Amino acid sequence: MHTALLLDMAADAAPDRLALGGLADGLTFEETRRRARAGAAWLARQGGQTVAFLGLNGWAMPVALFASGLLAEPFAPLNYRLPNADLNKLLARTAPSVAVVDDDMLHRLDTHAGVTVVARSAFEAACAAEAADDPPWAEPDIAVLLFTSGTTGEPKAAILRHANLTSYVIGTVEFLGADEGEAALVSVPPYHIAGISAVLTGVYGGRRIVYLEAFTPEAWVDAATREAITHAMVVPTMLGSILDILAERGESLPALRALSYGGGRMPLPVIERALELLPHVDFVNAYGLTETSSTIAVLGPDDHRMAIYSDDPAAKRRLGSVGKPLPALELEIRDPDGKALGPNQSGEIYVRGEQVSGEYTHKKVVQDDGWFATNDGGWMDDEGYLFVEGRLDDVIVRGGENISPGEIEDVLREHPNVADVAVLGVPDDHWGEKVAAAVVVKDGAPAADDLAAWVRERLRSTKTPEVWEFRDALPYNDTGKLLRRQLRTEMSAKPAAA
Amino acid sequence: MDLKPGSRWKSAVCDGEFVVVRPAKSPVSLEAGGHQVIPHAAERPGDLVLSDAHAAGSAAGKRYADAETGLEVLCSKAGKGSLSIDGRPIGATESKKLPASD
Repeated sequence: MHTALLLDMAADAAPDRLALGGLADGLTFEETRRRARAGAAWLARQGGQTVAFLGLNGWAMPVALFASGLLAEPFAPLNYRLPNADLNKLLARTAPSVAVVDDDMLHRLDTHAGVTVVARSAFEAACAAEAADDPPWAEPDIAVLLFTSGTTGEPKAAILRHANLTSYVIGTVEFLGADEGEAALVSVPPYHIAGISAVLTGVYGGRRIVYLEAFTPEAWVDAATREAITHAMVVPTMLGSILDILAERGESLPALRALSYGGGRMPLPVIERALELLPHVDFVNAYGLTETSSTIAVLGPDDHRMAIYSDDPAAKRRLGSVGKPLPALELEIRDPDGKALGPNQSGEIYVRGEQVSGEYTHKKVVQDDGWFATNDGGWMDDEGYLFVEGRLDDVIVRGGENISPGEIEDVLREHPNVADVAVLGVPDDHWGEKVAAAVVVKDGAPAADDLAAWVRERLRSTKTPEVWEFRDALPYNDTGKLLRRQLRTEMSAKPAAA
Repeated sequence: MDLKPGSRWKSAVCDGEFVVVRPAKSPVSLEAGGHQVIPHAAERPGDLVLSDAHAAGSAAGKRYADAETGLEVLCSKAGKGSLSIDGRPIGATESKKLPASD
């Protein structure tokens, strides 16, 4: 099934409903479809076989996404935060292509064989002005090429096919299930999987999409208030700073109904504070990967409330889980030999389903029987709630014992003087690796010994960090992913301050 | 008729349009409003009428699945006719609405 059909359906059934943009100047579903068709006709005249997109959020992004779909050409959004040299390398990889580029980013690009660069203003003008018929629907294949963040090396280009994305959308979203007044605030950038899935699920669900060009907590709160935002998705680093602004201004966002979060580990203290500050809001924790077309497991609003209001320790603990796998998917925990494990046993998370692509331009990593190894460690409790321990590459192997950093980080984040923390392995002559912690403190300066005792009391001595480093901040990329490799390199180079 | 996943069809007698989500295990005839559906790009013939026995309607966004043959289609545009396979009516699947996560 074709992604453009999702827009077509919404435009047929609710032509006059607002689809994109502000209450004052937004585009209706009918107008969005008209612009996508006009954009497709115009892009077809520019040549190329892929539509690259380099720019901030705004209506041109979803319109270009649907226009590429109509042309049956992959849409390849690029990360504008990359240094120019890296950005140009990615752009060259999209050839033969046409690249829609924000006017004020044009100067950053070199000339590449097979890449036609067009200014976003020209694309937008063509979409707005030109009339176009429904183009002949080409057989759909690759819908989106997403370059992974490359926190562990050269970026890989993940392939998402029309079939992957549409099966995710029609399997999880009710067609026009949103009330007329609902609006989602999207602040993840166009080159993030959540930015792609937000467009598709928003359009199919009939929920207006409001874009924040670039995230700051002040701008987010302002936009949420001004646009009567009912739904939003944030990454963990965003939520903490949004709560700070709300507390400072004494605002509570009465229109907001649902806030989902994902894309990294949410510190328990932050989500607990969010539930306290915004009791009227439904919180949703979503876990997913680029290679799985976004969400594969969801912890719903009721689970969040149970965790806060219940005395049952299992229910409380679930606030640290990512909930249950989507019904349309199969999910298993397996040991290193590929054998499926039972409840409460830790291993690698495997997933299978139509939304799972598990494919890159250079190789297919999904197995012949359809199972995809996520490279995430995790386990399920007796009721089927999934707990994600983090990337298997990040597991610390100390004297033959596998230690997950996530568990230690969670314990340290509960300490009143810890604002942020990362736990990782650094080389050790005796153990192979030893546990190290980089800590950002708040409201005082705890001694390393105190923090070590805090961990030892709650876990065990082998899991207690032996190396401590106090820093002003931890390195994150702009979508909230901790740059562990960078941190490990920095901490491995230094003599240990125990 | 080759009802392969992703293929688009429309009713020969009403506005209904459909896309195949899951194929049938063996070849079947899919009808809307009592008449075999036609390819999405085809012209509607003028001489057919909606059958009263298959006029319960199809709703956009609803999925219609048949346990017996495995065929599952999504209605992409509403119509007055309802779906049947070889004359046997098929019903809508229950929607499993999930909390918004994007």
